[in-house]
Parts: sequence; C-alpha cells; structure tokens
Amino acid sequence: MNLPIYLDNNATTPMDPRVLEAMIPYFTQKFGNSASRNHAFGWAAEEAIDYGREQVAKLIGANEKEIIFTSGATEADNLAIKGVFEMYKDKGNHIITCVTEHKAVLDTCKHLEKQGASITYLPVKEDGLIDLEELEKAFTDKTILVTIMYGNNEIGVIQPIKEISAITHKHGALFFTDATQACGKIPVDVNADGIDLLAFSAHKMYGPKGVGALYVRRKNPRVKVTAQMDGGGHERGMRSGTLNVPGIVGFGKACELARLEMADEAVRLSALRDKLESSLKTLEESYVNGNVENRLPHVANISFKYVEGEGLMMAMKDMAVSSGSACTSASLEPSYVLKALGLSDDLAHSSIRFGLGRFTTEEEVDFAIEQTKKAVNHLRDLSPLWEMFKEGIDLSKVEWVEH
Amino acid sequence: MAYSDKVIDHYTNPRNVGTLDKSSTKVGTGLVGAPECGDVMRLQIEVNEENVITDAKFKTFGCGSAIASSSLATEWLKGKTIDEAMSIDNMDIVEELALPPVKIHCSVLAEDAIKAAINDYRTKNGLEPIESEKSHH
Ligand SMILES: Cc1ncc(COP(=O)(O)O)c(C=O)c1O
Ligand code: FES
Repeated sequence: MNLPIYLDNNATTPMDPRVLEAMIPYFTQKFGNSASRNHAFGWAAEEAIDYGREQVAKLIGANEKEIIFTSGATEADNLAIKGVFEMYKDKGNHIITCVTEHKAVLDTCKHLEKQGASITYLPVKEDGLIDLEELEKAFTDKTILVTIMYGNNEIGVIQPIKEISAITHKHGALFFTDATQACGKIPVDVNADGIDLLAFSAHKMYGPKGVGALYVRRKNPRVKVTAQMDGGGHERGMRSGTLNVPGIVGFGKACELARLEMADEAVRLSALRDKLESSLKTLEESYVNGNVENRLPHVANISFKYVEGEGLMMAMKDMAVSSGSACTSASLEPSYVLKALGLSDDLAHSSIRFGLGRFTTEEEVDFAIEQTKKAVNHLRDLSPLWEMFKEGIDLSKVEWVEH
Repeated sequence: MAYSDKVIDHYTNPRNVGTLDKSSTKVGTGLVGAPECGDVMRLQIEVNEENVITDAKFKTFGCGSAIASSSLATEWLKGKTIDEAMSIDNMDIVEELALPPVKIHCSVLAEDAIKAAINDYRTKNGLEPIESEKSHH
C-alpha cells in the first residue's frame, strides 16, 4: 500500500492505465487533425474520433450524432444552459434549477439572470433530494428548461431523474442534467430517463482531464443549442475548435471500460463504502449526510461533530479527502450543499467527504478507518466544544463572541 | 496550500493542551469564536501575585493554523507578565508560523483569546478590563 491513499475520487480520478495506453499513439504518430479531410493523418484521427464518439454515446444509451465534445463538464453545462436559453428565448425565459447544483450550473444561471432570465432555485429536503411537488409548482408558462443534476458531487445523492423529466415534459420544457458524477458509476440511459441534454466529463471516470461531452437529443424532440464558441463549425456547428483527439480517444476508452465493468464495480465499491461508513459511525456524534438509499456507490459524507474539517484533514495526513469546512475554502464559507440540507454551520464545518474509486483497495479502506478514528479522537482531545459537550453544556445556549 | 513546518510541529505536538480551574481567582479564561464560524478557541492563564503568568492552557476547535496559533500563544504566555502578554500582536504569530494571508484571522483569534483571558482575570480580581485599541473588524 502506497501512502498517501487517494480517497477524493469525486474531485478527480487517476487515469486507468488502459486509457493511457489507448491515447498514446494519438500524440506523436496519429497526431492528425480530424478535420483534415484530404490525407491519411486526418482520416486516422477522424476514425479515432468516430470510435470514441460511439463509446461515449453507448455509455448513456445515445446515438453518436447526439454527442458534442467539449473541454469538460463545466463547458458542457455552460453550453447546455446558455445554448438553450438563447435558442428558445421566443418560448420563454424561465429556468428551474436547484440550490445544490455544481457551481458550473449555478453560476451560469446567475450569469443569465443578468441577461433577463428568470431562475427558480428549488430547495432540497433534509436528505438532499428535491421535492417533486415543489418542482411541479415552480413551472410557469415561460419555463423552457429544468436543470437538475443526476448525482451530487458532495454527498452523492441521486435525484429522482425519471420523475423529474416526466414532470418537465408534461409542462413542455426541456430537461438537462449534469451527470458528471453519475456517468460511469451507475447506469444512465438518456431514453429510459427522459433526458434531453446531459453533461459529463472524462476525468471523473478514469479518463483524461480537459475533455467532456454534452449530449443533445436529436429525436422526440429535436433539441438545439446556440453555440457559445464560434469558429470553424466543428461538432455540427455547436462547438467550434479542433477536436482534442487523444483526449477523446481516452474518454471513449474510459466510457467503454465503465460500461463493461460498472455493474461489478458498483457492488465492490458500495461494500467498501458501507464498511467505511459503518465503522466510522461507531464514533460518538458522527452523522452521515444525505439520503443513504438513493446514493452513488462510492461516496460517504460524514460529519464528526465538535471537530473542524480542515484541522481533521491535517491529522489524516496519509490520506487525501475533502471537507465542507469553511477553512478549506477561499471564501471562508462552509459548503453551500451541506447548508442546503439544513445542516447547522458547525456540522457543515465538521464534514469529511470520502470518495472511493476503481483503485481503492480494502486494505486502504481499513487504513482510512483507523486513521480517521485516531484523527477524530486526537482533535476531540483538543476541542473545547467536545469538552463542553461532555460536561453536558448546551452549546446553543452559550453566548459566543463572534469575530 | 502546504503548511509551514512550524504549524505542523505545533499541530502534531500541541503544547499545553488542557483545562485550568476556571472558578479559581488566579485563572483567567478567554473563550472566543463561534462554532458556526468554524473556530472556537479557549485560552486560560494562571497568574501569580507578581502578575506573572505561571501556566497557560488551550483547547481549540478550528483549522491547523488556529490550533498552532493557540499552542504557540500558550508557549509565549508562560513566564510573561500580564503587561507583556497584553502586547502580543497577532502579526507576531503570523510571522513565527509563516501563516498565509487567508489564515491571518486564525492568529487574530489567538490574540483575541489572550486579551479575553487577561480581562477575565482582571475583572475577577476587581480590576477594569483593558480596552483593546486595535480593531480587526
Ligand atoms: C457535478 C459536477 N459538474 C461539473 C463539474 C466540472 O467538471 P469539469 O472539471 O470537467 O469542468 C464537476 C467536477 O468538479 C462536477 O462534480
Ligand atoms: S480556523 Fe478557520 S481558517 Fe483557521
């Protein structure tokens, strides 16, 4: 076992060596531009793109003509939301989203608000899921788009996508989902799920960084987005720019591997995650955040009350995890996702996200359990709040001197 | 961002962790910060008849820099007179621990905790609390 161990697979994943192997020829030998239609270099690149596109499409049950390659999920989110807003502005200006979305969605919505969009930010319930009745009530005759993520990056909860898309379609709007965390981890099928647009990214599924895709439905209904990047008219005019051939080859390979291995892998990962979670829950005053029934198999988000997340991570020095604590963020605000679940600020500060992955072993999980327990106990020995809690003092009644 | 060696040292081997009897008239307790802000520091001093701090203890809920700042503060406080302790500036802590700008507030918290502990001691002993001329807000 090599230290430190990596348990931050929601932030990014290491590349699978099989992906790297597939990519290598496309840097130095088959380096052509897939838009070069008149020579062998271009044809080799085009062939590679076609194969990659097919694999990417297959993972989500789409047709390869429905895939637009981008630089990642952030760009795909931007293209979907801004592209639909511009394309359908005659139909309306209202978009429905949710407070726990990724910043790539939320900040895009904020940007559009300045350009006349009206945005509804749905709250979430305590378990992180949206309330379908609230969604139902949010529609107006101006609603053109609903954008709700598939699986959440901080707590892993899976939204009721089929129900959301059905409600959306009943109201004549389009449904976009940021499936960056779900694709390659759980089965996602654009037809069965009723998805009109979908964003995802290679580096969250053992592929390279800097490449992702937007799925845009071509039939029932035919969806169009206004390009956000003008130029040579690549990707059927929806995203100009020379294609990232090695990246797309790697993305394709990553999708292929995920499609073939996902089912077994999900069983393995959820068993490891459950082991981690149940062991850590034996620590007093530890709380699992988010719905535990509808959840990605590899994520556990746990708050260890009375210790602060960044301080805790420092004691977990042989492992890489992340925290919703304010002290880890530039803004000094605790996680907006955890706060949206109604978690008090102190519990949000005390949270740790464990993100398991394809290369996580049981030995590593056992190590993580031991080191986390030690760290929590060490920090509680240093914590005035833990001492007060143990003395039976009600912390909510203390007059704190905020600074 | 990586932590300085000194922060890591204080964090891994915190000096003077613990609790003094807060009901004793020789002990001053400063409790600053709030759980909602992600940082709470409790610093305690024990003072003798010559106004010299003979013991100092802390407990901190916060990031590594906050823990290191309070650990360092207790080290500095021991053996100092109240007046000398009053003049400890948060920037001294920043310098000693090589704290980056985003962590300056952790050192401010330590300075506030020192002043709060001193004032608690003073009021307990019938003295006026000293107003800090510095404002961080
Ligand atoms: C849900 C979600 N959307 C979007 C992104 C951004 O993806 P990318 O890094 O490919 O731009 C991430 C990753 O941080 C994510 O988790
Ligand atoms: S206590 Fe929050 S950054 Fe130091």
